[in-house]
Amino acid sequence: MADYEIPETHEFPIIPSIMEGAMAHSTPFVAGEEFQSDMGFPFTEETGQLIDGWKEKFLELMKEKLSKYRSLQVFMDICVKCGACTDKCHYFIGTSDPKNMPVARQDLLRKVYRRYFTFAGKYFPKLVGAIDLTEDVIKDMYSYYHQCSECRRCAVFCPFGIDTAEVTMAARDMLAMIGMGQKYSNQIIPKVHKIGNNLGLPEPALVDTLEGLEEEVEEDIEVKVRFPLDEKGAEILLVTPSADFFAEPHIDGLIGYAKVFHAAGVTWTMSSKASEAANFGLFIGNYEHMREISLRIRDAAKDLGVRRIIFGECGHAWRVAYNHLNTLAGPWDFLDQNYPIPQHILEFTKDCLDRDILNIDKSENDHMTLTFHDSCNIARASRIGDTPGSQFTTPRQVIQAVCNNYHDMAADTIHDATFCCGGGGGLLTDDLMELRIKGAQPRMESLKNVVADHGVTHMAAICAICKSQFTKVLPYYGMTMDQIVSVHQLVSNAIILEGQGEEAGDSDDADEAA
Amino acid sequence: MSALSILYVILFYVAMITLVAGITNKVLQYKRVPAPLKIAVTPAPLTKTGVVYRFFTEVVLFNSLFRATKWTWIFGFMFHASLLLAFFRHLRYVISPDSFIWPLVNNMVVQSFGHYAGFAMLVGLGGLFARRIFVDRVRYISSASDYLMLLLIMGIAFSGLMMSYVSHTDIVQLKAFVMGLFLFDWQNLPSDTVLLVHLTMVLFLAMIFPVSKLLHAPGLFMSPTRYQIDNPREKRHLSPWGAELEAKDGRNA
Repeated sequence: MADYEIPETHEFPIIPSIMEGAMAHSTPFVAGEEFQSDMGFPFTEETGQLIDGWKEKFLELMKEKLSKYRSLQVFMDICVKCGACTDKCHYFIGTSDPKNMPVARQDLLRKVYRRYFTFAGKYFPKLVGAIDLTEDVIKDMYSYYHQCSECRRCAVFCPFGIDTAEVTMAARDMLAMIGMGQKYSNQIIPKVHKIGNNLGLPEPALVDTLEGLEEEVEEDIEVKVRFPLDEKGAEILLVTPSADFFAEPHIDGLIGYAKVFHAAGVTWTMSSKASEAANFGLFIGNYEHMREISLRIRDAAKDLGVRRIIFGECGHAWRVAYNHLNTLAGPWDFLDQNYPIPQHILEFTKDCLDRDILNIDKSENDHMTLTFHDSCNIARASRIGDTPGSQFTTPRQVIQAVCNNYHDMAADTIHDATFCCGGGGGLLTDDLMELRIKGAQPRMESLKNVVADHGVTHMAAICAICKSQFTKVLPYYGMTMDQIVSVHQLVSNAIILEGQGEEAGDSDDADEAA
Repeated sequence: MSALSILYVILFYVAMITLVAGITNKVLQYKRVPAPLKIAVTPAPLTKTGVVYRFFTEVVLFNSLFRATKWTWIFGFMFHASLLLAFFRHLRYVISPDSFIWPLVNNMVVQSFGHYAGFAMLVGLGGLFARRIFVDRVRYISSASDYLMLLLIMGIAFSGLMMSYVSHTDIVQLKAFVMGLFLFDWQNLPSDTVLLVHLTMVLFLAMIFPVSKLLHAPGLFMSPTRYQIDNPREKRHLSPWGAELEAKDGRNA
């Protein structure tokens, strides 16, 4: 573990006093020529330099954005600086840097907007805090728009629903277009376009991985549970984050989906072409890339002739799937209209539980006391289930259907007031480790409190990024990386498939206890 | 007619035209710009009626602000509620007693509470001003215009109270002046200093409305995170430029 200053956690949350410039040094690697060109973005000879005529280009792009996104245009105008959002961002709470207050983050762009696009800013810049667009301003934007995980917690509390994520996305896209793209996201997206997933796992490797998984599960429970890939004519296409293929605890979630499908007796398949649920086009605010990534799923669904699409556990992927898939890759008239398009794996599992077709032994999870981390994009930017807020109840109902011991974290840190894990929105990269650790402070604080007060041992999540982020940061807060689990891992533990030996289940239990 | 009255007649028309044209222009701009993606902050309503209810809780009760910070809510709510009362109370200078909306103005609530609304308004604004100075986070995000806006409205409230309690103006003549503006039959304006200060500040506020953060009033209703219905899976949402993109490559066919 590298050496970082770990923020303190408290019994009750404390709003820090501001410390100007505390995180001014935090900047992710800039995408070089290779990745910028793969993305169709401009680049310069030396990475991190701005293209010729960057200023005019930036203002031109801004004008275009303002005419294409109502959110941006309205949000630039209507903020009254009431301060409601100032203490709501996990990055502000964890770093004390005032530019991590949502309104201050928006102001990085708003000050420029006022200077060049409003009467007051053109003629009375000092009065309204309008500033000229300079290279320093761009550097500041690059730094602080990459200290926002687009989690929308601020938007919940804003009296006008101003969503900083919209501003961050617009800013990142404009920055990329003047040569300041972020390396992490711009390295990943071309892999999805070319190979099909964020990891760049080609089809043969995927086949290999899934075969290995099949053997492993069979060894474990003596039932052949299939992990089909590219099987034409299957009823369901499962689109899941590629981390599910190899990372812990993600992979245990994938095993869980497979077991549920097996028990439900449906035919399903994954696709090597759409072997990724994540859509980093959202993070970088680029409609075209987001659409391109979404269209892969349309193509895969058509090629394989499936009737339904189900998404695995992934937060922002579900945001894009739930809210945007219909817009970007629809209409979905060739799929079975009797099911939601797309459907979340939890909706599928919950339905199976409601119909009582799964054989569940809750005691298999008795060695754990669970809590649930609401992933930001699911809590505030989507729905799982039929009613407003069912994105909070559905995962909890599933967890409580397969576990005996459960306790929620503090009320002001869950549901739509949930804190981001600290690694969302395209920040899950090693070059932002300090930010990720500090940004996790509010979530770690509420987790530690239920660990201390209610004996919680594990936190379940339904997002690949949350799972990876917590695996990495839990040790910095004195906990262990295996304390983060997948919700479908819990399902997997508790589900007893037909033909599964009693002993098999027990030995699995013994393994985990050991 | 006095030169002063002529000046204020002109000022009134300029201010009202600026206000109405400015806001109309801004709202039309917001309407013109499409919202390409569904971005409702969830949990969000599933129906139009639900959206109306959501706005009711936001516009009337300041629900989100209440969840965010109690102090700002108290002061903000106090100010806006007083503003509404004061607005209704002022209507009696604008409409005649035989108008059908007269009962809306000439009722107990407006005329009794409204009489004191100015004090509540000052307390609310004072609280908001104090917050801006004393809370380090709010101080950091405030620019000169944020303080001046509060001072301007405080000035309006204060001069209004002065006329109610200290130095009365010729209210009958004032009403004649205002009615004259509507009927294009211009009358003299009483020349009391306090009244002139009050009116000047109000007219200035009206003029800067469309170029200032006061746009939050109409803008609130144009905020996609709040007005959108949560039905993206049931109903396909597509912007004109999104549709153009589709038509170009035909990949959604």
